[in-house]
Amino acid sequence: MNASRTGELDGGAGPSRSFSFGELVRRRPETITFLLLVAICTSVAIANPAFLQPSTLIDIGRASVVMGLFALGVFIILAAGGIDVSFTAIAAFTMYSMTVLVQSYLPNLPIVVIILMATLGGAALGIVNGLLVHHLKVPSLIVTIGTQYLFRGFLLSFIGTVWIMSLPPQMGAFGRMPLFQIESGNGALITLPFYFLVLPIAAGVTWWILNRTLMGRAIFAVGGNADIASRLGYSLRTVHVFLFGYAGALAGLAGIIHVCANRQANPFDLVGTEINVIAAVVLGGARITGGTGTVLGTILGVLLIVVINSVLVMVGIPSTWQRLVVGSFILLAAAFFVTRQRRK
Amino acid sequence: MQKTGGQLAMLLVINGLLLIAGSLISSGSFLSIFNLQSMASQVPEIGLLAIGVMLAMCAGNGGIDLSGIALANLSGVMSAVIMSSFLSATDNGMAFSLAFIAGAILVGLAGGVINGLLISRLNITPILCTLGTQMAFMGLAVVVSGGKAVMVGTPALLSSIGNDMIAAVPISFLIFVVVAGMVAALLRFTPYGLWLMLMGTNPKAAVYAGFPKNGVIVATYAMSGMLSGVAGIIIAARNVNVKFDYGSSYLLIAILITVMAGVKPEGGYGRVVCVVLSAIALQLMSSLLNFGGLSNFVRDFAWGLLLLTFLAVGRYDIAGFLSLGRRSQNPSVPVPQTPK
Repeated sequence: MNASRTGELDGGAGPSRSFSFGELVRRRPETITFLLLVAICTSVAIANPAFLQPSTLIDIGRASVVMGLFALGVFIILAAGGIDVSFTAIAAFTMYSMTVLVQSYLPNLPIVVIILMATLGGAALGIVNGLLVHHLKVPSLIVTIGTQYLFRGFLLSFIGTVWIMSLPPQMGAFGRMPLFQIESGNGALITLPFYFLVLPIAAGVTWWILNRTLMGRAIFAVGGNADIASRLGYSLRTVHVFLFGYAGALAGLAGIIHVCANRQANPFDLVGTEINVIAAVVLGGARITGGTGTVLGTILGVLLIVVINSVLVMVGIPSTWQRLVVGSFILLAAAFFVTRQRRK
Repeated sequence: MQKTGGQLAMLLVINGLLLIAGSLISSGSFLSIFNLQSMASQVPEIGLLAIGVMLAMCAGNGGIDLSGIALANLSGVMSAVIMSSFLSATDNGMAFSLAFIAGAILVGLAGGVINGLLISRLNITPILCTLGTQMAFMGLAVVVSGGKAVMVGTPALLSSIGNDMIAAVPISFLIFVVVAGMVAALLRFTPYGLWLMLMGTNPKAAVYAGFPKNGVIVATYAMSGMLSGVAGIIIAARNVNVKFDYGSSYLLIAILITVMAGVKPEGGYGRVVCVVLSAIALQLMSSLLNFGGLSNFVRDFAWGLLLLTFLAVGRYDIAGFLSLGRRSQNPSVPVPQTPK
């Protein structure tokens, strides 16, 4: 973002405002993500017109909510030069313990309070991450691998391993609440659920934090060069605690939505999907060394991964190829963004 | 330099304490020859992967190898699928075993070279690169095996690697010790070892000093890949069949072992003997928890806690504090590190 912003300023001041394609890609790497997404969708739509039905599109929208929330959290940490792999454990932890809490002790808790408590719980676990990363002064990958095991191990050994199939009624109702419904060709009712709205709202808030607040400046500054940022007077401790706390809050929110949407709480869920999420953020143009990236790119990256995951079968590629395809996409995107950067 | 001896001594003390605690809890059966053998045969897989992670970490510049276990599984699966299409494991056990071993090491080497080339030539960050290759290797193993376990069986040589003893020591453990010794000798007595550590300490200075930077990186990841290949062989030998998702928790445990061994995550320092000792300590601890009748989930929890504890130990130099008395006045870290 820093780089792209100075790029915009230079472009505005300079006499030549050439809109060459290379320049556009350099300034907005998510253009490539967008083009890739369009290309994949077009080719899939040609190979199998069933793809363009509203039901498929709504499925993709629904599937991208949880991953999108995770990705926003990962992105904001990546922008500050860190990396987080514990968010899935945070989500599993908050969603399962909240469900247990509501089911056995507070059956009449309104859904708004449940969501709020899950978010706060996630934020608290995230703050633990942030404090550890700041004070241990080791790569945040290693710290968060440790906390992933810590949170998940705590959940499974002390809270429970039972698969909860019947949710408390208010949570199930929230998962079913429709935003709008359409009737498809064969008479089936397709619903875009209400919780879908959470993703655009979270994306908007994240965008606002990154682009309109001092904290956003601090995050990109720390991602660019942490030493210089701290000499400029940004408190690294505050930034780390905020970052991981915010990512934890998003993870807690994603967890509770995951439960409501699937109408069951499985404590073994979610953990193991973190590489997919990191892949989405990187495909969205955020550099893993920090300091760059946009919210829009992140969302596009998420859509790309969700589309790849859900269309492989539609075009006749067996689902066993899915990991190989996503892995190759990560490497290609990484190589592409690096060479682009060097040419500059 | 005084830190290097301290870490070694601390690991030796930890190992000793664990053995004593084990024998106290189990009233002697922890130290029975059978239990010691079964623990020794569980160390090699994870120990080899940990040495690979150590090498990548020593190279510095955010070096880490996350693809280890995926590559180990891939080399087992790939080699098993290719070789069993030429040779039969039951009719010609010896030939099959040799071909399988060669194939697994070659696949491991190839995977490691790919990692090294992507990191050195294309300048991809090691975390991102090995994250991508981890997924790709695992995906390839799924594609090759169709997502099912591949039968290796018990051909002559492989089955003795997995199950037999020489002088009451499991052969797989002996292989592990020999391989670790070779890596240690390589790091200690060849220019490569010096280049690796100095490059990890200061990559920029290493470039100006004329080190073959790309060569060192490719060699490092190739070696890590080869270690994964050897781990793949031992996994196949011990488990009769190979599957793409074997040992999903090994990634964390390998990193835990290296951190416990005092390898610096920012590069430039690591000793193979410490990694071997810390792998053994971890195995002792894991068996101890089993003897205590605790579930695997408690073990996961303990691993996470242990990793963070050892990070704190490394950060605040608690080992030095305990051995040398009042030195806590300046727990200062020379260079502020960026979280990666």
